Parts: sequence; C-alpha cells; structure tokens
Amino acid sequence: MRYVDEYRDPVAARGFLDAIRSLVQGPMRIMEICGGHTHAIYRSGLDQLLPEEIRFLHGPGCPVCVTPALRVDQAIALARHGRIVCTYGDLLRVPGSHESLRQAAARGADVRIVYGSLDAVEIARQHPRQDVVFLAVGFETTAPANACAILRARELGLENFSVLGSHVLVPPILRHLLDTPGTEIDAFIGPGHVATVVGSEDYRFLPQDYGKGVVIAGFEPLDLLEAVLMLLRQKADGRCGVEVQYRRAVRPDGSPRARAVMREVYAVQDQDWRGIGRIARSGLGIREAFSAFDALRRYAGELPEETPADASAYICGEVIQGAKTPLDCPAFGLGCTPEHPFGPGMVSSEGSCAALYRYRQTAREARR
Amino acid sequence: MSRAGPRLPRVIEASHGTGGKMTHDLIEAIFLPAFRNPRLEPLLDGAVLEIGGMRLAMTTDSYVVQPIRFPGGSIGDLAVNGTVNDLLMGGATPLALSAAFILSEGLEIGLLQDVVRDMARAAERAQVEIVTGDTKVAGAGDREGLFITTAGVGLVPAGIDWSPTRIRPGDVVLLSGSVGDHGASVMASRFGIALDTDIPSDTCALRDAVLAVRDIPGVRCLRDPTRGGLATTFAELSAQSGLTLTADERRIPVREDVRGLCEVLGLDPLYVASEGRLVAVLAREDAEEALRRLRAVPETRDAVAIGEVTDDRPGHANLRTLLGAIRPLDLLPVEQLPRIC
Repeated sequence: MRYVDEYRDPVAARGFLDAIRSLVQGPMRIMEICGGHTHAIYRSGLDQLLPEEIRFLHGPGCPVCVTPALRVDQAIALARHGRIVCTYGDLLRVPGSHESLRQAAARGADVRIVYGSLDAVEIARQHPRQDVVFLAVGFETTAPANACAILRARELGLENFSVLGSHVLVPPILRHLLDTPGTEIDAFIGPGHVATVVGSEDYRFLPQDYGKGVVIAGFEPLDLLEAVLMLLRQKADGRCGVEVQYRRAVRPDGSPRARAVMREVYAVQDQDWRGIGRIARSGLGIREAFSAFDALRRYAGELPEETPADASAYICGEVIQGAKTPLDCPAFGLGCTPEHPFGPGMVSSEGSCAALYRYRQTAREARR
Repeated sequence: MSRAGPRLPRVIEASHGTGGKMTHDLIEAIFLPAFRNPRLEPLLDGAVLEIGGMRLAMTTDSYVVQPIRFPGGSIGDLAVNGTVNDLLMGGATPLALSAAFILSEGLEIGLLQDVVRDMARAAERAQVEIVTGDTKVAGAGDREGLFITTAGVGLVPAGIDWSPTRIRPGDVVLLSGSVGDHGASVMASRFGIALDTDIPSDTCALRDAVLAVRDIPGVRCLRDPTRGGLATTFAELSAQSGLTLTADERRIPVREDVRGLCEVLGLDPLYVASEGRLVAVLAREDAEEALRRLRAVPETRDAVAIGEVTDDRPGHANLRTLLGAIRPLDLLPVEQLPRIC
C-alpha cells in the first residue's frame, strides 16, 4: 500500500510532462487497453495536461462492458427461480435485455455482492439447501481466482455451487481490432493487472506481427505518464517493442501458478463480446472435468439461449473498440446516463462512457 | 434554470439512499412538492423555526448501518453524533434528542444493550439529553435488524445565520481532518477484507469545534461530509451558493489505509463518508484564526485549508487533481460499487 503516494508525486509528474513535451513529434494515437487506465486518465485529468498531439483511444478492456447481455439475462433467470446469484458490484447495474440484476433484486430476486470468488463459495457452504450461482466475468485477471473457487468447491464437496462464466482474453480482441480495416492505433498502453497474471511476453505479437509498441503500465497517474514517455522514446529511437513500466508487479512470465490454475479449470473457446460479436478462440470455458460446476451445463434446459436482438443501443460496440468516442454517440449524456444506462459502457467506472460522463462535464456541456 | 424533472424508476433502488443524485431526484420529485414550505425549501440538514423571539433548530436522521458495530463505534454512536452534528452545522447549540428504535424479531438483547450504552455515552459527551423515544418490533429479517431514528432540537444564538447563500468569491474552505474514515471502516468490517488493519471510524460529536469558531464573524457555513463524502459536500455547497468551490486534491488528507482499501475496491475516497469531520467556508481574512482554534480542539486537530471559492463555473464544484488539472467534482450519479478486478 505504500506504493500509492510515491506514484502520485506532483513534482515528479511535472518532470515527466516536460520530458514528454520535449520528445513529442507529430500525432500519436495511443490505445489504453484497460478500462482502469481510462478511468485513471480522466480522474487525474491527464488528457488535459498532455500535448494535444497525444490522443488516447479507449480500448475494450472493461470486463463489464464486453459481457454479453445474454449472461445477464441468464443470471436473472436463475435468480428468479430461487437460486442465490452472487457477483461483483459493478455487474449489478449492467442492463440485460429487459432489466439489470439490480432491478431484479429490487423485485425480490436473491442477488448478492461478493468481493472475491471464495466469498461465493462460502455462501454456498452456508446455504447447503439452496443452489448458489457465481456470475464470474472478466479478463485473465479474474480467471485464476474464479478457477480457484471451482477447485475449492470441489475440495469441499459442494453440490450446490456453480459458476456462470464469461471469461475473455486480451490478445485475441487486440488482433481483432488491428485486423479490422480502418483501425488507427499507433501504440498501446498494456493492461497492468492482466500482465501480472500472464506476463509481458503475451504481448510480443504486437510488435512482431503488427509493428506496434506496447508499454505495460500501472494505474497511478505517474505510471501512465511514464508509459507515454516510454512509448515516445520507442518512436524517437525508431524501435517498437514490449516494455514494462509496471515493474513493481509484472514479470515476463507473469504468475506461473495463476496460469496453471487457469489452465487446469478452463480451456480456450470461441467467445461472444457485447457490442462486437463472436471472436474465435477469444474466451475461456470451463473444462469437461468440472462440468458439475458449470452453470451453463447444469441449467442448460432452463437458460435463455439468445437475446432478442442486441440490447445495446446506438454505437456501444464501436466505442468499446475505440473506433468512436462516447461524444460521437447521439445518446451520450442525453438519454444514456449512469442512472439510466442504455449500454454497459455507461455502467462500470471502467467504461469509457461512464468515465467521460463523470469527469468531463465541460465536454458534456458542449453537447447540450 | 430550465430543467426537466427527474426521471424515477418504478421501484426504490439502493442508489436512492446514498445521498447522491438519485436521492436528490427522489426529494425533488416526491418529498419537496408534497411538503413544500419556506423552512424545508433550502434542503439543509436542519430547519430553523422562529418561536417567540427564539430560534429553534430542528433536525432528524435515520441510521441503518451494517454491521451494527465497527471499529471505533456502533450505530448508537452514529445516531447521537450524526444528529448532534446536524444541529451544530446550522450554528445551533444542541439541547435534546429523541430516539426511535425499530427492532427485528430475534435481535439479541445484549446487542441492543451495547448500542444503547453507546448512545448514552455519546449523548453525555455531546452534552445533550435523550428526552423521548419509541420502540417498534418488525418481523424477523435475516439481518441484524436494528434501526434508529433520532431527532434533535437546539438553539441558534442571535447573530448566527450560517447559510451557503452567504458564501462569496474569495472565501476559503477548511476541512477538519482525513476523509472517508467512517465509510472505509464500515466497508472493511462488512466484507471482512483482510487488510491486516482495523480502520477506526471517525464518528464523534463536533460540539467543541463548532463552539470554538462560532463567534468568528467571517464564518459563512459549516457542513459535515457524511453520506456522499467530501465531494458531495463540495457539489452541494456550490449548487446552493451558485458559486464554484474548488478542492485541491494535494491538500486533502486521506489515511493511507483508507486509500489502500479504496484502491482495492475501486472506490474514490472523496465520495466515502466521514462521521466526525466538518467543512467550513469562511472569509479569507478569518481562515487562519479559525484554523488555529480548530487545531486546539482534539476532534479537529488536523484541520487544513483545502479549497477556495470562485465564480467561474457557477453552481458547480471543481477538483484540482494531484497533477494540477482541473476537473468537475459532481454528485455521484449512482452509488459506488466495488469493481471486478
């Protein structure tokens, strides 16, 4: 916890900003992949302080934003039928096809916030006569923890616990973006938390296959400033490679133990992304050996199988992919607000719509 | 100001109770139209009634905190200190409280005894008496059902007329100590997060602090940044004064363990509740004297100047971030929910 203040020092920040100003040459479009970075950029006002040549494109790394509406519908269906549904707080408000888990809870469904996957296992242990379903979504960051929950439930011999999962992987969505014609990204700020699990080598394909530099960064304002500076240095030196700014947490091979647990429980599969569609080999499904803990298999007969058309309105998909900004959306701040989100990007604090809405009133006012 | 009335959902949601934008919507759409009168209209923490030449301050608040006990206090401390502080923020000397209890079937008597003992001790410290009360029992719930509503009355001395409408450009904003301690304490104990630290709640009565500065002529108004935290207080004072309060993030004290907890949960400490802090807006020339007096009182010994008042964005608050950028500091549209990773 001591880290925090060291990485918030205003004097050091000025030093980075000066270095960035002296190095910047021509426009540079940097995609920050992770929604946590998007939030930090707006919260600290970094976007206002950097030279205007540097433009951030907000990437797809908001786990709540890319979770299909169908998963929310399925969780609501289970909660409506007497199961206890546990999930993380920021999933509660995500609109499904008709309503959110929060709205379902207001009508009597048993929906509980947990802070970790093992809390959900504990709830299952305490309620042996009720089925407990853990709605588990996220990137490589949360997959190992959710895998641990399944292993723990097996160890405890729990027969009333299962996981309704929607796990997505970062590299396939980046390939998808870069393979899409018209994508204009010069460099990437890589996801710090994800890289603590998978390591920095997972991103070698960006320079190798696409000629794009990537710097994996932490989440404090200074982390992001240093990452921008490192990307500018790559450009100035005519290099492009994988660099780690978040050295206090990321190793080249990540966390071998976390990856082993993930591999034991999950297998790579095709995956649906909200607002984007199905991308080959871009997600994780629970392996056959653990099918007793897989809610999709366990309740196969009673789960809704498709959403009635995409519930996400307007241009959510393009915003999630960084192709457009929230300001390009006719609904942003007008019909679609954090109180009444049309799409998931307005829900999570890591969604670019919610971050922009909350921290950039001036932009919002300009839209009125 | 032209603005469409707030949209309300069909049923009450948890966000309606968090003191943010949805709470305001509820008040504007339902309570204010039904009860409208000049004492209610300013929507302050308490109302002042003129009776026979005396000015009687009145306030009420309900307490539903889970868990009932947390490091540094209990719901009983909150129920007394919160209402006492609301009186004090209006410039009143607290006189007496009422206490109404809603208990659920199955509540342990021992727990109730502990809470009532906390209330008695808090009332003694705040120099108020609990002079009337009520008890009701509701059906069994699966939570520890113990809810308390307190109301308080106090006297506002002649010459004291604190109100956000008296705030002027050039004024200074003081804060009496670190923000978010109470909210972080409750969250940490509610979810048993293993941070190997007990964050103590800051709950306390601010009587000595308020009485210490009450005769300073430049005091415009006082606020306790409870539900919704410091950011909400800044947003509300800006809206009510029609001016711009700008907080300087570099000067806002946040305990290291509170910041750590907020980092883990993805929450912004500026929106996390305090229960024993005050924000004072006052004329620049009186700021130093007020700081000196506040620092002499134990509950407000860490008082600092954290902001200033301008008129550049009328009705809206700003934050000068650690990096020196300026961004809006708004009411939170919906409550902060812990994030996924």
